[in-house]
Amino acid sequence: MSPLVAGLVQVGILVAALAVAYRPLGDHMARVFRVQETEDQKHSKVELAIYRFARIDPNAEQKWSTYAFGVLGFSFVGIVFLYVIQRIQSVLPFAFDRGTVSEGMAFNTAISFVTNTNWQSYVPEAVLGHTVQMIGLTVQNFVSAAVGLAVAVALIRGFVRHQTDRLGNFWVDLVRGTLRILLPMAFVFAIVLIALGVTMSLKSGVDVDGQTVANAPVASQEAIKELGTNGGGVLNANSAHPFENPNEWSNLVEIFLLLVVPVALTRTFGRMVGQPKQGYVLLGVMGTIWSAMLAVIWAAEANGIRPLEGKELRFDVAASALFANSTTGTSTGAVNSWHDSYTGLGGGGTLLNMLFGEMTPGGVGTGLYSILVMAIIAMFLAGLMVGRTPEYLGKKLGRREVTAAAVSILAMPTVLLIGAGIAAVLPSTQGALNNPGEHGLSEILYAYASASNNNGSAFGGITVTSDWFQSSLGLCMLFGRFVPIIAVLALAGSLAAQKKVPVTSGTLPTTGPLFATLLGASVVLVAALTFVPALALGPIAEALL
Amino acid sequence: MDNFFKQAWAGLRVLLALTVILGVAYPAVVWGVSRVPGLHANAEASGTSLVAVVREGDEYFVPRPSAATLPASGGTNKSEINEDYTKVIAERRTEIARREGVAEDQVPQDAVTASASGLDPHISPAYAEIQVPRVARVSGLPVEKVRELVAAATEGTFTTTVNVTALNRALDAA
Repeated sequence: MSPLVAGLVQVGILVAALAVAYRPLGDHMARVFRVQETEDQKHSKVELAIYRFARIDPNAEQKWSTYAFGVLGFSFVGIVFLYVIQRIQSVLPFAFDRGTVSEGMAFNTAISFVTNTNWQSYVPEAVLGHTVQMIGLTVQNFVSAAVGLAVAVALIRGFVRHQTDRLGNFWVDLVRGTLRILLPMAFVFAIVLIALGVTMSLKSGVDVDGQTVANAPVASQEAIKELGTNGGGVLNANSAHPFENPNEWSNLVEIFLLLVVPVALTRTFGRMVGQPKQGYVLLGVMGTIWSAMLAVIWAAEANGIRPLEGKELRFDVAASALFANSTTGTSTGAVNSWHDSYTGLGGGGTLLNMLFGEMTPGGVGTGLYSILVMAIIAMFLAGLMVGRTPEYLGKKLGRREVTAAAVSILAMPTVLLIGAGIAAVLPSTQGALNNPGEHGLSEILYAYASASNNNGSAFGGITVTSDWFQSSLGLCMLFGRFVPIIAVLALAGSLAAQKKVPVTSGTLPTTGPLFATLLGASVVLVAALTFVPALALGPIAEALL
Repeated sequence: MDNFFKQAWAGLRVLLALTVILGVAYPAVVWGVSRVPGLHANAEASGTSLVAVVREGDEYFVPRPSAATLPASGGTNKSEINEDYTKVIAERRTEIARREGVAEDQVPQDAVTASASGLDPHISPAYAEIQVPRVARVSGLPVEKVRELVAAATEGTFTTTVNVTALNRALDAA
């Protein structure tokens, strides 16, 4: 099989698997979350026990502000808990004399995993024991994804509910998303991965021909790492490590897992708003951009000077590019090859995927709410062109709605460019870079793009253990996560309060190719207008060298 | 702020409850399932051929260059425009050509570039082929026998690769 054919076969298998899962999973997720306040909602015994323990009334619904305080409060205690267990690691079991984690690193890592970024400034094999990995990181792998789901569902409710100030109950959405969607799937796929050869050991390492190679309880975390679009490697080489990703089939399973929920959520959305076509059009835009970026990255890598540097031979160029495109298009950030060693164009492609704002198809929940916000921007632009107040899904997009959408879209570029700008002029940064010239600037840009978009992959050569990087990237992750979330929930609240606008002959249909083109162009143009100057000095200059 | 602290307090309790389910019960059950006979021969990876380390001696096949600091994994993260690293690659090529007694243009890409994990168990059939004469000479095995072992260690569905770890152990046994 030629490399081109082998690659196309793998892409075909992946797309077919996603197509098979699309409806059942999308419909299942739509059933998990209550749409209207009047709908009956049954709770399982475990769920009721959790609500009782937390003294939550699962049938009481919340205003957008209370919902937002729930997200913020839950994330805040998550960060504190994760910080504390890292700082007391030396007294926890399965720590293997790896000691306590330093303050800056613990701060950065706590934020990183709670914000679904999973940026890693540490080498797991040397820094973290199994206890912190399991009771800290694995738990956040689940719940940070469930928070994204909850926010997306709250936004959908904003569209489908009318004249109400209630958006659902954050705790119920969080618990149901975790226990009814993520946990069963992660469990099944952890076992699939084990059957494919992924390791699951409580020991610290294993002897291989006289040398010790670190090992860990990989499979349980690996499954949710991909499924929750988290991406933090149990081991340093992440999904390039043979213990995390032993062969071509485990590789395809992992790429499938990191795409399946964001992709199927477009079906969930269509079902919840009562028009599946509204979801298909979003999927069409996501899929088109994903495919185009795959072609760019794959072609660039196949024509590189040394295409196998930083890649595993079993994945070759095609399956590495497929993983790289999917992990950066979904805010996952797991890697099966080092993007830092990619060509100017290929590495630039992975960077651009993040700069689109993580909506092609984006992270679990975050991808859906990000593209819905972009749809509002697109309808606003269309409204300006024809001189009408824009509408979307039967809701008027007035000053409040467009302002909230703009705040949500602008948060990421703001923190990204401020952070990268300061880092680029700091004298100490020179010593942190692994590569010279244009590529060095790309390393800085990539780090801040990854943090601000909650992706977590890296141009990994850059050394980010200084206090400046630990704290500034930590803040980028925080603002890049929670400013959009607050804006999206405010938007949802204001949409839900409105009456439904009847469809007239003047309403721009949002299921056809015109809308799809408008939305796709908005995604690309907003990123291009914001980032072309920075990209020109980094990856574009390198590609033209 | 009252609302924030009220929600955070509920959040702490939800987090603790979910930690028991997701952080303790879930990995424990997956670990238990990994011990089910027939599912995974080797969840502990003892004696695994999933990873490769350099074996001392010219009677062994050499895996790809590694930037890992064992027991941790890792790559170089060097870019194409890094001229210092371009020199390193050229030196590797010269060294391998000398070691195997072949022309420099016969040294394949995977032989001179570092893998992502630093533990890549595979080399290309081309890299295995240029190592065969040396391994046969030093180990005293017939060239044909060594080629047979290479063929037995060749694997892959979409990309054909040779597992160096399995191959070197087969040499031990031969």
